[in-house]
Amino acid sequence: MDPRLSASLLAGKTALLLSRRLGIGGGTTFPGTVARRVDPSATAKLVGRLSRGATVVTGTNGKTTTSRLLSRIMQAADLHPVHNRAGANLIGGVTSALVAASGLSGQVRADIGLFEVDEAVLPSVLLEARPRVVLITNLFRDQLDRYGEVDYLARIWRQGLAQLDEQATVVLNADDPLVANLGEGLRSRIVYYGLQDEREGLPSLPHAADSKSCLHCGTRLDYSIVYYGHLGKYRCPNCGAARPVPEVGAVAVKTQGTAGSELVVATPRGELALHSTMPGVYNLYNTVAAVAAAEALGLDHAAIKQAVETFSAAFGRIERIPVGDKQLFLALVKNPVGFGEVLRTVLSDGHSKNLFIIINDKFADGTDISWLWDVDFELVAGRASFVMTSGLRGEDMALRLKYAGVDVDSVLLEKNLGAALEKALALTPAGETLYVLPTYTALLEVRDLLRRLGHVGRFWED
Amino acid sequence: MLNIYGDRGNIISLARRAQWRGIDVNIVNQGVGGAVDVEQTDLLFVGGGQDKEQLTVCEDFKGIKGKSIKEAVEAGAVLLSICGGYQLLGHFFKTGTGETLPGIGLFDAWTIAGKRRFIGNVLVESQVGGEKRTLVGFENHSGRTFLAEGTPPLGKALVGFGNNGDDGSEGAVYRNAYGCYLHGSLLPKNPWFADHLLLTALRRRYGSTVTLQPLDDAVEERAHQSVVEHMRRLGTVRSGVS
Ligand SMILES: [Zn+2]
Repeated sequence: MDPRLSASLLAGKTALLLSRRLGIGGGTTFPGTVARRVDPSATAKLVGRLSRGATVVTGTNGKTTTSRLLSRIMQAADLHPVHNRAGANLIGGVTSALVAASGLSGQVRADIGLFEVDEAVLPSVLLEARPRVVLITNLFRDQLDRYGEVDYLARIWRQGLAQLDEQATVVLNADDPLVANLGEGLRSRIVYYGLQDEREGLPSLPHAADSKSCLHCGTRLDYSIVYYGHLGKYRCPNCGAARPVPEVGAVAVKTQGTAGSELVVATPRGELALHSTMPGVYNLYNTVAAVAAAEALGLDHAAIKQAVETFSAAFGRIERIPVGDKQLFLALVKNPVGFGEVLRTVLSDGHSKNLFIIINDKFADGTDISWLWDVDFELVAGRASFVMTSGLRGEDMALRLKYAGVDVDSVLLEKNLGAALEKALALTPAGETLYVLPTYTALLEVRDLLRRLGHVGRFWED
Repeated sequence: MLNIYGDRGNIISLARRAQWRGIDVNIVNQGVGGAVDVEQTDLLFVGGGQDKEQLTVCEDFKGIKGKSIKEAVEAGAVLLSICGGYQLLGHFFKTGTGETLPGIGLFDAWTIAGKRRFIGNVLVESQVGGEKRTLVGFENHSGRTFLAEGTPPLGKALVGFGNNGDDGSEGAVYRNAYGCYLHGSLLPKNPWFADHLLLTALRRRYGSTVTLQPLDDAVEERAHQSVVEHMRRLGTVRSGVS
């Protein structure tokens, strides 16, 4: 018994109960914050009681989907993960998850911790949770106004990872030059993952791409192929620094629009043929990332296959919701590369689409919406029956579409979200899909609206 | 030249607004090394960058590139620079780590990093082109820019921090060169300023009788107005990161 930890758990559990009863935010961060106040080392102590330690996932894009998938793989492999949920990815959210999974005496009803953490808090989570596996998906320019700069994050990650010992495994995206570079000089074991099949790539860097210069000498990197944003096969023409060869790599890939993908992943233990229902190249990365982390954990191939093939995308990433004789396709958009990929996926079959884009500029969305100008909306021109726009910055979205060459008459603006949804649904022909693309807080509003109309449940109840 | 952080919208705005009027535009992306073509260039755009890119640009400006930019502006070329680009067109930028990055001294101004980052929506009143009009944008900078006496600002910050959070000025003007902290992107939501740049460039090449065919700017005006109202609703949108 650890009286301090028990007091901390009691306080945390009381807070959890209270916030659930009052219906505030599902109690995802608050209980952890309370528990930490009573015992600042509660996280370290509780993780210490997990027989398989902690696995931590971070990165700009894909961390939620990847960690959800990894959670499924763990469960299919008969592990009992404790997993922080629903965007509670600051340190308080990690502690909350542990508090919720523990008894008052400190026994944890789980054998492995799976923590999806915000980029900026990775160093403190590394320090407290001492993870055995750390997965870093990618590093994109995202909500620059919140954390300063990409270089800053790379620097604090490097410092944090340097503290890990030989027992830990760091799983890194080989295709992201900023992330792959983190592997240099670490004591831990490194597992690189990436895409190997060149058929899904693009010939040149899209406009939204960033971090394209060599970290050793500053020379612009040469890409023989680009898969997604600045992820691809790169090489420095000056000093020869090059993408590491991935140990876990998708060697054969076939994407099928919004229907998903077929892929073959090569691993040190042999090849895995998988069917994924998650669409888009970005989800290939999420899948291969989860497979690589599962490899690092030594989980069964059969478990990996079973989980991947029965998994559909996590909250907020992509959802399909039937509404009467129509379908809603809901996908979060939060940065230029992600938005570009969603458009690429949605518009891939060449048929005209019904689009509904909602842009907010609250803190959680990023208060600067300059990034809309980095998204290639030129793709939409001639391929949308209509584009309904809404949100606090709906006017900016409509303006962006005009300059992308989208027919001004097909772009509609309705500031009231409920009215906008109603109109967009009315304009969507029976049997067709309305593609709803909101920023983070707009997504929460849409979900809330749909729930009130009886279409989905509350987001923390899944 | 250096074009990230959403400032791509400025190029898109200039290109579209010229194209809608049947004016041919040839956009040259200027990388590191080499000089600006002083003869052929009517309009130059220098965007903002992250720390590392700013270092690269600073090095590049020390050579023939910086010299040719000054020459082009002296010859009457139009220039728009935003944030990091603006800072390196002054005399120097003293960074948060105490390093001094030399600029090319096109603007009689200098920049010193402060502790707090200036972040938020900005409303500027400007009299460039004669009439008093408003510019909306989004600032995000730790550098404080100070103008030497005699250097006119682009305008007055009605909302936001502006050049240095102190004297209420925003941006700088030298001949047909403009610098400021306005992301957003700046030009799409401020079509009058985009047209001012285009017209100035056209008149320099084809004479003072050139006029611009008016465009239907309803969508642009609506976006401009919505930002103004957004700021009014929220009061001054300010946040600081130390
Ligand atoms: Zn190099």
